[in-house]
Amino acid sequence: MLKIKNLHASVEDKEILKGINLEINAGEVHAIMGPNGSGKSTLASVIAGKEEFEMTEGEIIMENEDISEMEVDERAHKGIFLSMQYPVEIPGVSVTNFMKTAINETRKAQGLEDMPAKEMLQKIREKSEMLEMDRKFLSRSLNEGFSGGEKKRNEIFQMAMMEPKLAILDETDSGLDIDALRVVSDGVNKLRTKDNAVLVITHYQRLLNYIVPDYVHVLLDGKIVKSGGKELAHKLEEQGYDWLKTEMKSV
Amino acid sequence: MSLKDKLISSFFAFEEQVDVGSDIHTIRNKALKNFEQKGFPTRKDEAWKYTSLNSILKEDYSIFPKKESTIEYRDVKKYLIHDIDAYTIVFIDGIYSSHLSQTTHDKIDACLMSSALDKPKYKDIMEKYFNKIAPSDDSLNSLNTAFSREGAFIYILKNTVADKPIQVLNLSTGNEAALMLQPRNLIVVGENSHVQIIERHQSLTENPVFTNSVTEIFAEKRAMVDYYKIQNDNISASLIDNTYVEQKDESNCSVHTFSFGGKLTRNNLNFYQKGEHIDSTMKGVTIIEGKQHVDHNTLVHHAQPNCESHQDYKGIYDDKAVGVFNGKVYVEKEAQKINAYQSNNNILVSDKATINSKPQLEIFADDVQCSHGCTIGQLDEEALFYLKSRGIPAKEARALLMYAFANNVLESVKIPELKKRINKLIANKLNVNLGFDL
Repeated sequence: MLKIKNLHASVEDKEILKGINLEINAGEVHAIMGPNGSGKSTLASVIAGKEEFEMTEGEIIMENEDISEMEVDERAHKGIFLSMQYPVEIPGVSVTNFMKTAINETRKAQGLEDMPAKEMLQKIREKSEMLEMDRKFLSRSLNEGFSGGEKKRNEIFQMAMMEPKLAILDETDSGLDIDALRVVSDGVNKLRTKDNAVLVITHYQRLLNYIVPDYVHVLLDGKIVKSGGKELAHKLEEQGYDWLKTEMKSV
Repeated sequence: MSLKDKLISSFFAFEEQVDVGSDIHTIRNKALKNFEQKGFPTRKDEAWKYTSLNSILKEDYSIFPKKESTIEYRDVKKYLIHDIDAYTIVFIDGIYSSHLSQTTHDKIDACLMSSALDKPKYKDIMEKYFNKIAPSDDSLNSLNTAFSREGAFIYILKNTVADKPIQVLNLSTGNEAALMLQPRNLIVVGENSHVQIIERHQSLTENPVFTNSVTEIFAEKRAMVDYYKIQNDNISASLIDNTYVEQKDESNCSVHTFSFGGKLTRNNLNFYQKGEHIDSTMKGVTIIEGKQHVDHNTLVHHAQPNCESHQDYKGIYDDKAVGVFNGKVYVEKEAQKINAYQSNNNILVSDKATINSKPQLEIFADDVQCSHGCTIGQLDEEALFYLKSRGIPAKEARALLMYAFANNVLESVKIPELKKRINKLIANKLNVNLGFDL
């Protein structure tokens, strides 16, 4: 589904990603772990197409198409969804209107008619119930005055609404208490099918107890230095990242 | 001949035909003298520093249209909020159109300034209110006063709730190559009475129109007045709107101004509080582009204690558009325990757009709460990325953010159909069709 080849990216001439290779197939869950400043969130933003990052080398292929020159919204239309680490507050736009616009603009790009209002409401109701969201949130301004946990839950609600092919969860566990973490993870798991994929970006192993990865990759200083199964996450939890740094030096 | 000279010479022919020998006639003559002395304001006047009338004054305007025009309702229906029941007062090239209007004298008077000026039964009212708050030393008000003839006259006795909104529509046909209009409106709302008024100026062709309008609004004790101004005229039309509001104890008045169209628009909006526990609200949304120019010049005069005023103006400026906000709050020494809020937030969409924002607070009382805030910025890049990452294209994402920015001003519009209409005007102005009803 997604193939990243030798990806280099910089911000303001500072190279942050230094040659990433990653392949994610439909039905898989990948996790990217790494210490602060290793480039995890940059990788998420570059895949989503954020303009402030300059891709200097490499390719990002989504379903056999190079998307590295595509606009952010075009990538979303291709089925890429980024659950933000810090969702922006947008006073004056309700969660419901935001979702209606997002879904209908995406449908328009795919040559489809607007979703009928009744179907939209039905879907909003169903997905918000799945994430145990208070109905009141739907008419509130997007993220305005939401707690950290409510913002993250709202991100996953949006994911449920958009039904992306590839969902990138950027530090979705930060700011969540244990109950919210369970609800959000259950939500993500329910949305998993053999046709979509999830890329979890996290600092801690905690989230991976709930969203169990098929592959774990360790990002250090802009490169994936180790890949393995879910047991790698446990090892990192127990031993931290230092042993990897030592291992790298000896190589 | 300059427009000033042309106006002065037209006046002598005009005055012989109207209210000769009456008090009003004396007021007219004094007003003309003041205009003759002062002329049109220039940028040397502090209050006109950022707005020049030069480009408007150079046209050769007809002062009085030569022939009466008729218009079919279906051609102008879209300029009215036609999906609600309302009284309507329509003027075509400054002349009342009975064909398009629905006036009333049943419980409330929603009719014509010309009848109020001419009919003996309104004599006392006119003596009490006509030109009583509009300042006689102001040249534009004087000019309008000298030529006052037609406009809306709305008189609501005490303890009366107007059963439906009143719409005042000023149309110009383009039958004249260029036309100057001077509507004069008088609105008197008695004790405990309520009214909602919608005002709009609309030219039907691209021929230049210059409107110098004066509206006086008197709100007696506990009266409630909601006034909405839709300024979405053609790009060749210019408007100077002079509105004066006098409020008595416990009255509540709001003026919302939606400025999307026109070449040059100047709003002189003045509130005079003459009592206690008064609430005054002024709100505005300005969305302009090209070389459009919109100037909001506001004044709240707090003369008595325990009153409030709220000002909230939002502006979005694209291309080479110019915005001006000059908001003055004056608090007299006696006016203790005042809460006065003023906020002016602006988004500059292009590098060449300009906003001149100038709050002015003159406070002589010592126990008051006055706040003012002004922001000038661009659209938030993080917010744009967020919207785009959900599949919303750049143009729509920008429009959505601009709409969101202006939205809190719309929230206080009390007529739902009007709110819907303004949402539509905003969507048109931003050139978007979003996935929900803007």
